[in-house]
Amino acid sequence: MATETVMGDEAIALGALHAGISSAYAYPGTPSTEIMESFQAWKAAGAAPGSAPGSAGGSLDSLVAQWCSNEKTAYESALGASFAGRRVMVSMKHVGLNVAADPFINSALVKINGGLVVVVADDPGMHSSQDEQDSRVFADFARMPCFEPATQQEAYDMTREAFDFSEEHEVPVLMRITTRLAHSRSIIEARPARAVNPMHKTTDTKGWILMPAMARQRWKGLLAKQEAFRTRSEEAAVLALAGRKLGVIACGLARQYLAENLADFAASAGGMPSVLSINSYPVPVAKIRALAAAVDRILVLEEGYPYVEDQLRGVFGGPVPIAGKRSGELPLDGELSPDLVRKALGLPAREGFAPSALVAPGRPPQFCQGCPHADSYTALKEALSDYPLFSVNSDIGCYTLAALPPWNAIESCVDMGASVGMARGASGAGLSPAVAAIGDSTFYHSGLPNLVDAVSHGTDITLLILDNDTTGMTGAQPTIAPSSRLVPVLEGIGVDPAHIRVLRAHRTEHAANVAAIKEELAHRGPSVVLLVRECIEWMKKARNA
Amino acid sequence: MNYDMILAGVGGQGGISVSIVIAKAAMAEGLRVKQSEVHGMAQRGGEVLAHLRISDSEPASPTIPLGTASLLIAFEPLEALRYLPWLSAKAGSVISAIAPIKNIPNYPDIEAVLSAIRSLPRARLLDADALAREAGNARAANMVLVGAASWLLPLPVERLEAAIGEVFARKGQALVDVNLAAFRKGRDAAR
Repeated sequence: MATETVMGDEAIALGALHAGISSAYAYPGTPSTEIMESFQAWKAAGAAPGSAPGSAGGSLDSLVAQWCSNEKTAYESALGASFAGRRVMVSMKHVGLNVAADPFINSALVKINGGLVVVVADDPGMHSSQDEQDSRVFADFARMPCFEPATQQEAYDMTREAFDFSEEHEVPVLMRITTRLAHSRSIIEARPARAVNPMHKTTDTKGWILMPAMARQRWKGLLAKQEAFRTRSEEAAVLALAGRKLGVIACGLARQYLAENLADFAASAGGMPSVLSINSYPVPVAKIRALAAAVDRILVLEEGYPYVEDQLRGVFGGPVPIAGKRSGELPLDGELSPDLVRKALGLPAREGFAPSALVAPGRPPQFCQGCPHADSYTALKEALSDYPLFSVNSDIGCYTLAALPPWNAIESCVDMGASVGMARGASGAGLSPAVAAIGDSTFYHSGLPNLVDAVSHGTDITLLILDNDTTGMTGAQPTIAPSSRLVPVLEGIGVDPAHIRVLRAHRTEHAANVAAIKEELAHRGPSVVLLVRECIEWMKKARNA
Repeated sequence: MNYDMILAGVGGQGGISVSIVIAKAAMAEGLRVKQSEVHGMAQRGGEVLAHLRISDSEPASPTIPLGTASLLIAFEPLEALRYLPWLSAKAGSVISAIAPIKNIPNYPDIEAVLSAIRSLPRARLLDADALAREAGNARAANMVLVGAASWLLPLPVERLEAAIGEVFARKGQALVDVNLAAFRKGRDAAR
């Protein structure tokens, strides 16, 4: 049954629903957020696109679809569901997988019971991220099979297949997508839903106890499965032999960019190139060798790192010259596009309108009109103006926008929760005052353990929790715990109640806020200033709901 | 038939609604569509680019190759200029609102921006805000531009109007009427 257009993220969620999942866990992160949002929206509406009422596997009513504190907790909940025999999806952005790396790597060793699919949305080009790491490398590191769909339809179909594969081989499957697939829409054909798994707890708990003696056996077993994983890649890869002059290896979405240029290539080169389309890993070596035997030169097109290309190049060189990111036909950084692929194919650029000389370098994102963070930073900057030397460490969220003019109010932004730890280290190294500025959602994500360190050691830091009761940057998802619980949490881990200040982040309170922040900057020891006001984006969303 | 469109603006101007309206009309016409959107950090007042492709066969790339788009709809005039290289030099048209969003310190002289757009072949400037206000709500400026584009789109007007009805139905008949009125004002203004 054809649907309305669905985003790549939605296609994956729909594939999972129709594959009979019982649970889904996630932490918001662009470009993966809409996977969980889809589950929750369908659950609230009691229906999903492309399904006749009641045909969604009967699973929407009982579906557990939850935001979690962070990607690690989400992943571990997913493992528990698999242990119980249920199908489960955990989704995150690429850097989220770093947070979940411990359960992720070790989950490849356990005896997966209910199918477990981990969706990781990479962000090459860094549209909304701090790096462009390639999750195919992470899958390889874990010795886990990795699927990489090219279209919304494949995203749907391969998600369903991934659950079957996960159960058949008792291993999680990493589904890797990138921004342009996650956030583009197309019509898909959905198929009838499969029923959810009955609860059937694992019959082999040794397969889940990774003590050294058992883990060694599990590791041997995982290594022994690699050929089966590769066989799947071989069977799914499509080799279309045509011209001898050029062979193109197109991975995932790159296949679509190639398709945009094939007609022009055929016209200019007098025929089609030979093409190998890859949509899963480990790499299909037999098909790659078959392509290499049939062509004079190979061009590798892949989004992210030169992952396949490097395997082809090896150390000793191969039978045919290889072109790609290492040899400069394509850039090593940024995302692919139809135009970059066109250039790598040796085709001239199409003739567009000339760029205008009037266009400014860019229009950077900025705080929404009336955003509470703007008022918080204005107060912080004034409170710090008495100090010749200080450090202001910030974190991942809308409030990172204070790095830009006119605020220029923060000095670091590295990873989720880093602000608190960095302020602590800066303080230990002698910087004073040492300030951390973090949102409430990021604080719960991974700022909290850093604050426990600071409290336990009495480190002299001032932590500003910019509390808007939401995860703003990703479109205002609810924070895992309400604002009202922050003060008891802070008191519970031992922050001196006299140095927990709750302020309203509004310009009308500016003078009082500056004074309060100054007092806490002057305090020698850990102090926490909560700057509270609701998110403008959240208010808009609530109004439109 | 392939008809590729660039929708350019500043975060929060309603570009995604425009994409949805045109896509719905195209699907009702039996065409395939591919839409690409920007989410996350760029939505916060930054430049926002959406791609919309309609075709009688499934479009391959989610994004439009440079130099091939048939139409550029801009909700803000500087953003019209920013995305010109996507337009086909031979056949591309521009429909742009005139009101600048000056949230950057180095915004160029607005008259220079508007005259650069006027000097393009097949370009049309509209005071979309004023027409939307006349229709009853300044926030419907995006539908004014869809109305102006309706002369160029390979879609029947009735399909576009039906799609507007469908998209805004959830928010009540009053908003449907305002957006339809805005669409018609845009269409009349670009006649």
